[in-house]
Amino acid sequence: MLEELSQLQQDGLRELQAMAGSAELPVWYRTYLGRKGRLTDVLRGLGKLSADERPEAGKRGNEVKQVLEEAFLRRQDEIREAELQASMHSGAVDVTLPGRPVAPGHLHLSIRTLRKIRAIFAEMGFQVYDSPEIDTDENNFELLNIPPYHPARDMWDTFWVNDQVVLRTHTSPGQIRCMREYHPQPIRVILPGKCYRYEQITPRSEHQFFQVEGLAVGHHIRLTDLIGTMSEFARKMYGAERRMRIRSSYFPFTEPSIEVDMDCILCRGAGCRVCKHTGWLEVAGAGMVHPVVLRNGGYDAEEWSGFAFGMGVERPAMLQHGIEDIRYFYNNDLRFLQQF
Amino acid sequence: MALRVPISWLRDFVDVPLAPQELAERLTLAGLEVESINAIGAQWDPQKIVVGHITAIAPHPDADRLCLCTVDYGAAAPLTVVTGAPNLTALLGRGLPATPLKAPFAMVGAELIDGHAADGRTLKLKAGNIRGVRSEGMVCSEKELGLSEDHEGILLLPPDAPTGMPLNEYLGDHVLEFDIKGGFAHLLCVHGVAREAAALLGTPLRSDVWRVGGQHGHTRSPTPPFMALEIADPQRCLRFTATLVQGVRIGPSPFWMQQRLVRAGMRPINAVVDVTNYVMLELGQPLHAFDFSSLRGEQGGGRPLIRVRCAHPGEGITTLDGVQRPLDEQMLLITDGGGAVGIAGIMGGLESEVTERTTDVLIECASFEFLSIRRTSQLLKLRTEAGDRFGKRLDPERCAAAGMRAAYLIHDICGGTVHPVQGDVYPRPLAPQAITLPLDFVHHLLGVPIPRTDVVRILEALEFRVEGEDPLRVTPPLHRLDIGIPADLVEEIGRIYGYDRMAPTLIEDALPNQRRNMRLDGTERVRDLLTGCGLDEIITYSMIALEDEARLHPERQAVAPEDYVALRNPLATERGHMRRRLLAGALGTARDNLRFLPRVRMFEVGRVFQPRAGAVLPDEPLRLCAVMAGLRQPASWHSGRDETPMDFFDIKGVAETLLDGLSLGAIEWRPGEQAAYHPGRCAQVSVGDTPLGAVGELHPRVAQAFGLGAHPVCALEFDLEALLVLWQDGHQMTPIFPHPPVYEDLAFIVDAALSAGDVQRLIAQTGRPLVTDVRLFDLYQDSRLGEGRKSLAFALTYQSLERTLTDQDVAKVRARIVKRLEHELHAQLRA
Repeated sequence: MLEELSQLQQDGLRELQAMAGSAELPVWYRTYLGRKGRLTDVLRGLGKLSADERPEAGKRGNEVKQVLEEAFLRRQDEIREAELQASMHSGAVDVTLPGRPVAPGHLHLSIRTLRKIRAIFAEMGFQVYDSPEIDTDENNFELLNIPPYHPARDMWDTFWVNDQVVLRTHTSPGQIRCMREYHPQPIRVILPGKCYRYEQITPRSEHQFFQVEGLAVGHHIRLTDLIGTMSEFARKMYGAERRMRIRSSYFPFTEPSIEVDMDCILCRGAGCRVCKHTGWLEVAGAGMVHPVVLRNGGYDAEEWSGFAFGMGVERPAMLQHGIEDIRYFYNNDLRFLQQF
Repeated sequence: MALRVPISWLRDFVDVPLAPQELAERLTLAGLEVESINAIGAQWDPQKIVVGHITAIAPHPDADRLCLCTVDYGAAAPLTVVTGAPNLTALLGRGLPATPLKAPFAMVGAELIDGHAADGRTLKLKAGNIRGVRSEGMVCSEKELGLSEDHEGILLLPPDAPTGMPLNEYLGDHVLEFDIKGGFAHLLCVHGVAREAAALLGTPLRSDVWRVGGQHGHTRSPTPPFMALEIADPQRCLRFTATLVQGVRIGPSPFWMQQRLVRAGMRPINAVVDVTNYVMLELGQPLHAFDFSSLRGEQGGGRPLIRVRCAHPGEGITTLDGVQRPLDEQMLLITDGGGAVGIAGIMGGLESEVTERTTDVLIECASFEFLSIRRTSQLLKLRTEAGDRFGKRLDPERCAAAGMRAAYLIHDICGGTVHPVQGDVYPRPLAPQAITLPLDFVHHLLGVPIPRTDVVRILEALEFRVEGEDPLRVTPPLHRLDIGIPADLVEEIGRIYGYDRMAPTLIEDALPNQRRNMRLDGTERVRDLLTGCGLDEIITYSMIALEDEARLHPERQAVAPEDYVALRNPLATERGHMRRRLLAGALGTARDNLRFLPRVRMFEVGRVFQPRAGAVLPDEPLRLCAVMAGLRQPASWHSGRDETPMDFFDIKGVAETLLDGLSLGAIEWRPGEQAAYHPGRCAQVSVGDTPLGAVGELHPRVAQAFGLGAHPVCALEFDLEALLVLWQDGHQMTPIFPHPPVYEDLAFIVDAALSAGDVQRLIAQTGRPLVTDVRLFDLYQDSRLGEGRKSLAFALTYQSLERTLTDQDVAKVRARIVKRLEHELHAQLRA
């Protein structure tokens, strides 16, 4: 019997070593160590042995079992590892092949930019107020302190529907509408929207564009609040390192009027083509709401003050993305729009 | 308005201790925006380009058109240069003029602009032989010095130009080029800019030029002895002054004046015209010079007469530019006894023009109501420097002084005598109004407390009169017609004090009530859902051509123009109307893109414009439009070349995803008819009673009319207003089932005319609550099914919140469904 056991161990180890793949592992196990396997078979003969042979044979049987079990586990690990390696080897792909296409949609760049601007002002408590794109001469000009034939009208080339009605040349008529709706409540709104100007379409000018107007009316609104709000905006929009410059300007509906500049984001103030070699880029035109405009909006100019600002939407997008031709915006070439 | 101010001219009135760049920066911050600085002579090497004295001119031995100039340039020995300049060769034989002949002299090695090239390239001057004579430098033309394009002759300098002085020291300058915004006529002149500079720098302002008349003891009278003056329309003409200079000899203006005019952007003409332009640039007051002898009296005889009146019906005038112009009765004219001699404030007439033969010059210096001038200028489409200035509300106060300044400049240059009486009709002299300015108003509006002393200093520097402790009583100077309220004063204080010195603050007022903007939120949700579906957002022009609208009809039926908002002044006829539908714009965009791309999937959210009877303004409802056309799959090596185009179900899938994402409630899809769409492939979509719009494939003829023939073109048009009313942003969660579902497929043979939607609805209804999803997965038609029959196969999902369903549970529900479909739809369950 001892010989039989040795033979068994030897056969088992040999076959284990010769094994080609993991599929044979269970077969081997059944053959040698299973309930009906060869070891069980041999050990069934124990009963026929004499009492003094039996302990040694039993002990030897256990040893063989243990040796084969251990060898099996080792070999199993080996084979599985080899097979894993082989499968990884054969499963390698050309990683330079393109991925399966995903076809995402894209927001229009103007809308994306508007969202950014809106989010920044929302944090400061400015909410969106909507007003129509076609408005009266009264709202677009007269109530904003711009009477007919006034020199200030030269600042806007206007599309006319008739003597009383224009395509809004700026979002400012919304100021009047908003004040008339909200008074005598304080106001903090932005008015984003499409505007129109009678301009030929060139790389630098469009007859249709977006603007964002801002309006704050309260009992203690100061010019320094306006400067603070604009700086906050510029730093969030263009980077915390931006330097601001405030200069005096003229708008008929604000008094005092200012222009908010920041150092050029391309040349950092050194002077380049984009900033026309001044080192500065215009962020917004702004000012304290003119008392006449406040009164036209229904607010007592003795009790209330306010600031207003206006800025373009395409221009910041052009600066941020290196776009040199404004016509891309409303040509709707998807090869352009899909880049953003 | 553009304004060019040479700093050398500015220095007549104010000391400028700053570099030009610094001055420009200060002025810009104070509201006088300097767009650029033109450095004249910066490129002239001071060692090599100097004032030269031509001490002799001799003929060239070998060339008639050349001469040899001996030039003293301050060095020990003079040099000889060869030149062909006509204004020097002309002197050959005639000899040198009595006064020293001076010219810019460039030595060998100097860098000059190539006088013969058109592109402004420079060259380095070399010594050389010209026809056998050695030339050791050059006398220069204006072009070679970069002063102008003039290369006709040598630039001759005044006789007193110091020989040997570096030319950039003698002629160099910086010209500030301003863009003055708004109606600030008082800033549109050298003296006006000087006043600002003086206030900013805290240096004194020299204003003697304003007091020329007083210095010479002149008097003013509405009835001067030499003529009659009459303002027939005192609303439109605020003041009229007439200054007479007699016995003048008109030649060219002096060198210094020409240099200043050129630097300020004007062309020298003759001494009198140049003086009027010079005074306009210096003091801001436009002037007009008449040949006094050409002015007629009443009925053509007697003392000359000037009457300022509006045009008579049918009256016209031929202006200086030779154009005959018809006028209307609100246009103001300058007339003499014989008729119109000029359009007031805009342009003179041809007949009374000053010429070289004029001996008596009448200087008109008047003031007009600015809106009237602008109206005339706009209606006549006639823009002039004078009209632009008068159109910016110029004060009448400066007329008399400017007239005197001009008269004495003419006297200095052309001789003659200035008549001791200046004609001056000034019906209602300006009365300055004091403004009460409490100091805390300044503080509250600006946000910074500016000390009283600074406030007073600033206002006084700008020539305001300041009285009182607090509040201040501030009287604006007469030239500041733009100042009327305390806020105007605050701006003056703020801009001179410097906005850059003010520390930013944030609003301290309480935050106003915040309210949710559902329209905006809803619109943004629609954008997100559609981009999530893979659509690109486009924004097309709001202005459209009616013709394109007609293309949306398969028979090209013309649209009714009264349905559209029309523009009175369109950019082009194809942009003459405002859109009332987004589809045409989107189709044009699709066509343009399909030239480059195999597929387009895009949408636009925007307003359309609908005139309303009896209302001033149109309606502007928000609309949504999507267009999809071309290949369904983006090209890829994974799937090979899949050429399947998108069809109705692609856009329907997008519409379903959109509507599902908005949780509007049960959506109804009905076959619909819409002129632009394929009659068999168009659905009307609604929620309850609210129609949302159409989804479908375009009518092939419409697609073709837009140049989109190749593939089916899918479109969606929704009324976003209707959709936003329904949108609550309040989707209620549907339960998530904890137990495994049972899936089962059921196929029914039904009448081919029956819509799949109806069958599906009945299954879902009957299967409630255990059937949680019914989805069509196969549609099959075959003659074996029987004539006019089709098979619809549905995948059903059975689920319960309480337990795992058994076969019996499912069988019971299935039996109910089958029975109901057999009964109500004559459907037959396929084995």
